[in-house]
Amino acid sequence: MNSKLFSNIARFIVLVFLQVLILNNVNLAGYINPHLYVLFILLYPFAGNQSLFLFLSFLLGLSVDIFEDSGGINAAACLVAAFVRPNLLRFSFGISYDHQNIRLAATPFGAKLSYVFLMVLIHHFVLFSLEMFSLNHILLILKKTLFSSLFTVVLTLLSLSLFSKKYR
Amino acid sequence: MQQIFNFLIRNKNSILFLILFAVSIFLTIQNHAFHKSRFVSSANYVTGGVYNWSNNINTYLHLDEYNERLLEENNKLRNIISNIHDSISVEKQLDSTSFEGDYLFRTARVINNNFSKIDNYLTLNRGEESGIKQEYGVITSQGIVGIVDRVNDNYSRVISILNSRSRINAQLNNTNHFGSLVWNGKDPNIVQLIDVPRQAPLQKGDTIITGGRSLIFPKGLPIGSIQDFSLDQTQSYYTINIKLFNDMTNIGYVYVIENVNKEEIEKLQDNNEQ
Repeated sequence: MNSKLFSNIARFIVLVFLQVLILNNVNLAGYINPHLYVLFILLYPFAGNQSLFLFLSFLLGLSVDIFEDSGGINAAACLVAAFVRPNLLRFSFGISYDHQNIRLAATPFGAKLSYVFLMVLIHHFVLFSLEMFSLNHILLILKKTLFSSLFTVVLTLLSLSLFSKKYR
Repeated sequence: MQQIFNFLIRNKNSILFLILFAVSIFLTIQNHAFHKSRFVSSANYVTGGVYNWSNNINTYLHLDEYNERLLEENNKLRNIISNIHDSISVEKQLDSTSFEGDYLFRTARVINNNFSKIDNYLTLNRGEESGIKQEYGVITSQGIVGIVDRVNDNYSRVISILNSRSRINAQLNNTNHFGSLVWNGKDPNIVQLIDVPRQAPLQKGDTIITGGRSLIFPKGLPIGSIQDFSLDQTQSYYTINIKLFNDMTNIGYVYVIENVNKEEIEKLQDNNEQ
């Protein structure tokens, strides 16, 4: 339990710094940045305390917001993603989630992809909607959501397969 | 009573979600209102320190480029000085340590810069202790960058011209027709000059300079050149796309401009309104 706690705290800090110092400066094609810090929300223990999880997700988003000068958009997006996570887990992994015995590394690729993709898509959609904050930019919101999501999903799957040994 | 408690306990996650969500929306809305983002800003001790540290490494990698820019600027200034030689006595002019003009310049380093969002900010490594205050203009040797919006002891935050809320007075170099400089959020190298009257003679490649109607920037700083232009819906004003002289994606060192006479002028204008 303690090592799990420690690895989650470490992941929180490392992901925030990775995001604000490196990934926010990628700017592929001018505006596409991956938001890899969602990985914290994806990997948080499935059986953990749900209220604490919501609060930590909020804190994660807020830390990124303070660095980015973006008000509360990352906090809101993380919060929504954390809130819908149980439903998406049940949708993607079905019966094994209800028995609380899934390990992300051991799940079939299709289920993992749908879980990661849906989570990232929801997070990014809320993020960019709040960033633009106007319906006039709906096309720009969708464009940014789509491209950034693809980038994030690829990076997330890569890092999942790179660092999966720990969770086996 | 019992039932209320039961209800609260059963739905504690949803309630927590709603409260935290309301907080984040509140922060977002506050950030969207000009000059009001009081709580969340990168010009604080921790984030400023982190950006400063990472920028120390980054700057080192760009030294060559910064040197080149300095040389270019020195060259330009030398040309100006050598022309002054002809008309006025040299000794008086070269003593530039006592700057008694209307504007005071300070140098600062950009430690954080973004341009991929629709509302972009920069963070500088100088703050109140170095004499920087709100509403000071920020420029580089090539063009303008933005306006200081929040100041901390050691760091300050700048509203970039690449921000949907930034509006800066600008005009044509050849004539005195002026408009407002805004950004449509698309290309970080192109900004828009709107509300330029139809009578203005425009030509591709013409230079746009700061207008000097605001108290923030001195008149005549270069901004960019006209890329293309079109009439807006009312058919009476031009909207001009301007290619910036400045590469907003790559800013190293900047000058922060203080208008020495600002308070005096503002006082005068307040008197007029009464």
